[in-house]
Amino acid sequence: MSRIQARFASLASAGRKALIPYITAGDPHPSLTVPLLRALVEAGADILELGVPFSDPMADGPVIQRSGERALKHGIGLSDVLKLVVEFRKHDAATPIVLMGYANPVEAMGSASFLEKAKAADIDGVIVVDYPPEECLEFSALAKKNGIDPVFLLAPTSTEKRIEEVARIGSGYLYYVSLRGVTGASHIDLSDVAARIPKIRAATRLPIGVGFGIRDAESARRVAATADAVVIGSRIIQEIESAGPHDSTSRVKALLKPIRQALDA
Amino acid sequence: MRMYDLPDARGHFGPYGGAFVAETLTHALDELRDAYERARADAAFQAEFHYELKHYVGRPSPIYHARRLSERCGGAQIYIKREDLNHTGAHKINNTIGQALLARRMGKPRVIAETGAGMHGVAAATVAARYGMECVVYMGTQDVKRQVQNVYRMKLLGATVVPVESGSRTLKDALNEAMRDWVTNVERTFYIIGTVAGPHPYPMMVRDFQSVIGEECIPQMQELAGRQPDAVIACVGGGSNAMGIFYPYIKHLKVRLIGVEAAGEGLASGRHAASLCAGKPGVLHGNRTYLLQDANGQITETHSISAGLDYPGVGPEHAWLKDSRRAEYVAVTDDEALGAFHELCRCEGIIPALESAHALAHAAKLARGLPKEAILLVNLSGRGDKDMHTVAQRSGLQL
Repeated sequence: MSRIQARFASLASAGRKALIPYITAGDPHPSLTVPLLRALVEAGADILELGVPFSDPMADGPVIQRSGERALKHGIGLSDVLKLVVEFRKHDAATPIVLMGYANPVEAMGSASFLEKAKAADIDGVIVVDYPPEECLEFSALAKKNGIDPVFLLAPTSTEKRIEEVARIGSGYLYYVSLRGVTGASHIDLSDVAARIPKIRAATRLPIGVGFGIRDAESARRVAATADAVVIGSRIIQEIESAGPHDSTSRVKALLKPIRQALDA
Repeated sequence: MRMYDLPDARGHFGPYGGAFVAETLTHALDELRDAYERARADAAFQAEFHYELKHYVGRPSPIYHARRLSERCGGAQIYIKREDLNHTGAHKINNTIGQALLARRMGKPRVIAETGAGMHGVAAATVAARYGMECVVYMGTQDVKRQVQNVYRMKLLGATVVPVESGSRTLKDALNEAMRDWVTNVERTFYIIGTVAGPHPYPMMVRDFQSVIGEECIPQMQELAGRQPDAVIACVGGGSNAMGIFYPYIKHLKVRLIGVEAAGEGLASGRHAASLCAGKPGVLHGNRTYLLQDANGQITETHSISAGLDYPGVGPEHAWLKDSRRAEYVAVTDDEALGAFHELCRCEGIIPALESAHALAHAAKLARGLPKEAILLVNLSGRGDKDMHTVAQRSGLQL
């Protein structure tokens, strides 16, 4: 059983929902990435999504775009991100980490080489946003062989056939993108989520995370009523963006705590 | 060579092309692919497309024997395909008409586009006005500054121009932003991509619409020169004018196909936009192709005197034509292109777009080493009115 599967299993047996925060590696500064990841865990994160900055983040809204641009100013590349994970693992061997990014940095390193290094860095899962299942069969198989869960996105527009396909190839969890658009949009359609999750559940035994547009305790609580996990990204990045270098960790904790409480209530 | 029938059903040209997009776009692309497959096979759609090309664009565009230019080069005979004479002054309109007709069939009242030099933006705004559609054009702020006239043209045509501040603030960022708009507003919006890049079916669809250029050349060359050219030469940014003239010639194996990229200040300077000559394969904007990128796989900023060639990727079919050696790709510097620009003005009375001047510069180089009987066909993809400021500035003048 992978660390992600084990985490979902223990949460399920405790009747709890997973909180999955996202930050971009190297934003606002590479030296803050590990402290921020630790703060997220202290505030109740169950799984961490760590963004790999890319020059052309087509699926991201302005907030995550800006975080990537800030990270790239420090020259952060995929190999630096892997080093940051190694650093984090020195203090935390338990929390699953999922890398999230775009295909080109992975292909520039070489898929096989990337997966080997990711395994060595003790990474648990990987989301390549612009790898739809049919374009990455080899990559997904190789990831699984290395003990890394390939996590795929589903959208409100995904057909039933598509859901089955994604469920067959993906592992760890499925990431349901709760709205039409890019990350960080302000409106989540909660009734859509409530209607779609059971349909996805009918096609898979994988846990279902929901993200894109969850901004506070109330929307998180309502999403968690049907989903297994809530993913929060842009709202956390905004907090980091408006904080100074010294209070970003405390601000992020303050943001997540009420969300954690709402999920556990 | 077996019969050329690329791309495959999922948009692959060998290892290139495909549809590398987030799941949020998959459904929109499936819908587009189905609609286009139906339109492609529908005689009524094709008839309407060709009616518009004839009566609205002014096709066929002529081919012209540039005698004085040929004499000056002292070698091969240079023939010029006059895409600059199309309505809106470039080849871009061929494609925007095709896609706008498709948008109408799909019941989408709003079209969006990305633009670099502004020519595709103008062509999109033009057809949107013609068919009564709402039009939004994304353009990097860097390009908004260098192409003031085209921005105004788009506004006159009723389009909204949205300046894009992210990334390098050029064409690639405009494309990212247009994709984000599309994924958000997909129900009522059709995204008119301006070149043979993007996810499947765009590279194939844009090529099909642009291939009217090459289709016309075949009988025209027969009539004018009594035979097909020894080489067809076109500039390559994203590569739509080149694909348009190359495609019908792919099966004419004796005809060399030569794509000319922008070498900017020289390939060795690092300041260029020659993805095929100096890039490596990777994934950007929904397809796998040659890209200008750094060791970390970040897309690098490009440079060219011509905004229309200033793009770090290239259409996936060109990547395949390069690897399969059916086409050759070379690069021409800013200075060489400027030289060819002035040469054509002075000896043929034609002011070419700086993009097309790259193709002319290479044609002139090639012609010098060839016998007088040899024939070169150059695609003059657009007219140079939009480049007056750039050229004047280079000559130390202020207009």
